[in-house]
Amino acid sequence: MNKTILSGDESVARGAWEAGVAVAAAYPGTPSTEILENIARYKQDIYATWANNEKVAVEIALGASIGGLRALAAMKHVGVNAAADPIFTAGYTGVNGGLVIVSADDPGCYSSQNEQDNRLYAPHAKLAMIEPSDSQECLDYIKAAYEISEKFDLVVLFRMTTRVCHSKSLVATGERSKTLPKSYEAKPEKYAMLPVNAKRRHIAVENALKELADYAYSSELNRIEDGKGEFSVICSGMTYQHCKEAFPEGTAFLKFGITYPLSRKLVDKFIKAHGHVIVVDEGEPYLANTVRGFGYDNTYITAWTFTQGELDAGRIRVKLGEGRTLSLPEQNVPARPPVLCAGCPHRGFYYAMNKRKNKLVAVGDIGCYSLGVSAPFNGFDIAICMGSGFSIPIGLSKALEAQGDERRVFGILGDSTFFHSGYNSLVDAVHQNANVCLAVLDNSITAMTGHQENAGTELNLMGYEVPKISIERMILATGLSPERLLTADPLDLQAMTAAIDSGIANTGVTVIVTKRPCALLKEARSGQHASIDSEKCIGCKACMKAACPSLAFDALGRKAYVADSDACNNCGLCAQLCKSGAIGAEVRV
Amino acid sequence: MNLLFTGVGGQGTILTTKLLSSALAESGYDVKMSEIHGMSQRGGTVLTQLKYGDKVYAPNITEGEADYIIAFEKSEAIRAIPWLKPGGTVVYDEREILPMPVLLGKAEYPHDFPQSVKSILIPAYKLAAELGSARDQNIVMLGAIAKLLGIEAAIPSKFNAAAYKAGGTYIETNS
Repeated sequence: MNKTILSGDESVARGAWEAGVAVAAAYPGTPSTEILENIARYKQDIYATWANNEKVAVEIALGASIGGLRALAAMKHVGVNAAADPIFTAGYTGVNGGLVIVSADDPGCYSSQNEQDNRLYAPHAKLAMIEPSDSQECLDYIKAAYEISEKFDLVVLFRMTTRVCHSKSLVATGERSKTLPKSYEAKPEKYAMLPVNAKRRHIAVENALKELADYAYSSELNRIEDGKGEFSVICSGMTYQHCKEAFPEGTAFLKFGITYPLSRKLVDKFIKAHGHVIVVDEGEPYLANTVRGFGYDNTYITAWTFTQGELDAGRIRVKLGEGRTLSLPEQNVPARPPVLCAGCPHRGFYYAMNKRKNKLVAVGDIGCYSLGVSAPFNGFDIAICMGSGFSIPIGLSKALEAQGDERRVFGILGDSTFFHSGYNSLVDAVHQNANVCLAVLDNSITAMTGHQENAGTELNLMGYEVPKISIERMILATGLSPERLLTADPLDLQAMTAAIDSGIANTGVTVIVTKRPCALLKEARSGQHASIDSEKCIGCKACMKAACPSLAFDALGRKAYVADSDACNNCGLCAQLCKSGAIGAEVRV
Repeated sequence: MNLLFTGVGGQGTILTTKLLSSALAESGYDVKMSEIHGMSQRGGTVLTQLKYGDKVYAPNITEGEADYIIAFEKSEAIRAIPWLKPGGTVVYDEREILPMPVLLGKAEYPHDFPQSVKSILIPAYKLAAELGSARDQNIVMLGAIAKLLGIEAAIPSKFNAAAYKAGGTYIETNS
């Protein structure tokens, strides 16, 4: 059979298409983003859309499912928190067309604010849970997930991790299923979750989960690999691959693909055959505690739980008592933290704000602008979750006021985060007449995750023209007085500084919207790069305060120079900082 | 065989690993490749890993396991040394991209690659620039590593075939 190399995310997209999925919605978030991007390639068969946030994504998918179509919602692990409200009640309603919610967890916090283990959601929200361990399983298991969802009338949580999402391996693909959509029938007793109906649905879903637990005993998604070696292991997901790598040949495995409900009969059978087993968990002791709940104490199981950081085969080998041999230990190399790109419009905002550092306290949010936290800008002190950049300032301003601290509280978030949940917070700030200055750094795209469309773009995920929502008009719709809404080009330092100064001087709510597209967008490329006249450069290093990765300083010759003219977009920030007029522009050749 | 690719966001590290993965799969190997991106797109370190053989389980390797480290930037080559298997080789470009702490004058750039580590220097950035586009540095590196592994990577026609050839030729004439 012909096999292609696909990532886990690409395989989920392909598998969803093969399963006959007809509606898919997501909010971008590493490592889940590529699922919807790849599903959009099947736009002739699947309506694929970015939603404003994960809650909206789940509700769009749930609506399609209740209507009779197979549907998918995808998000990163913290997105499930934002979507938890509809997810917990969808657990009760069950489905009409199959419904799968993909949670992409991030053990090791490669690009996230925490490393929560979303396997714990499944028993809590009454969802069936399926975990793949490589790309082939991503494709096969997502197809099985739709069968299970419809057969048992359950929502399926398809739980992946960064290493599953972003690893590529060989996959045999198939064709799209010819499954016909189901028809929509009004069933308020099943889908209108008022108390009287919810109580009955709770009974129904508990029964469905019991039936699935029986089915799981013989499901191909769970498997026992016999072995007569020293060790016997229970595991799931990517942990299985690490264990296969690290444990000696002949180790017996009970690998779970359906991890909620866990088949008790399979655990009984495996422990009966092997006497004592090691239960390996990356993240929380989910499998270990479930097996303990079946009545197996430490006589029967040893739990290896890797709560912090990503698991790899090396960490298991250390547990097995094997050391590592290194060629040379760690070398002394300066760190290379991620930085705002050359030409990034956020740099102008942070430069201007930093000049007023003693007059304000700032709160950030999740997005490219979170990179402004680093030196030299030290742009904000607090960043928690999507949208909080506009609500934490409300409470923080009360605290500073109580302490007689006269510094002004700023909140910072981007255009996509504003649509995600920042607007809710803004409405409260205006309604409460909070003493805050809130800044939307609008770069016309969801940039951090790699340029996804959002409510402020003219095209949608499928490439079709859609109504573009105006952030400024949304802000004014709160009733904020128009003179309290300031817009500025963040790369025009004079205008940016004036807006920040007004924001500091005002009391009550001021909103600043910075307008300048992400420098990496094709339409934002200027075709020019900065050039420094070394005759005129006086070596004062004023330009270096822009902290631009394109600029470097020759310490011997005492001159600044453009070190990376490919990346430089001639944004003009360094030229505005130059005291000797040494910085001009050149057309890129 | 375990390979670790490292570079700075934007250098084409991930693309190079993908092209090599496809070539190895076409040669009949089981192949797994792992990339971690996200924040690293913004000028941070990018690490990708490629494993191939008869059967591969985990897609990622741990420190002390890389047969080859292929580094597109000198300080990243030095940073990655703990990943090297004893007896392994670091293949690196001498190109220096100064990280922010160095640009801000808060840290020193390590200009000297440790003599005690087996290494092959490929001036890929320079060779690519001589062939017309410095951005093809990654394709020169791909040509070099394909030659070292003894495989032929059929690179899609949109990539610079001359750059690919230059990498292989450099290995032939300098080893």
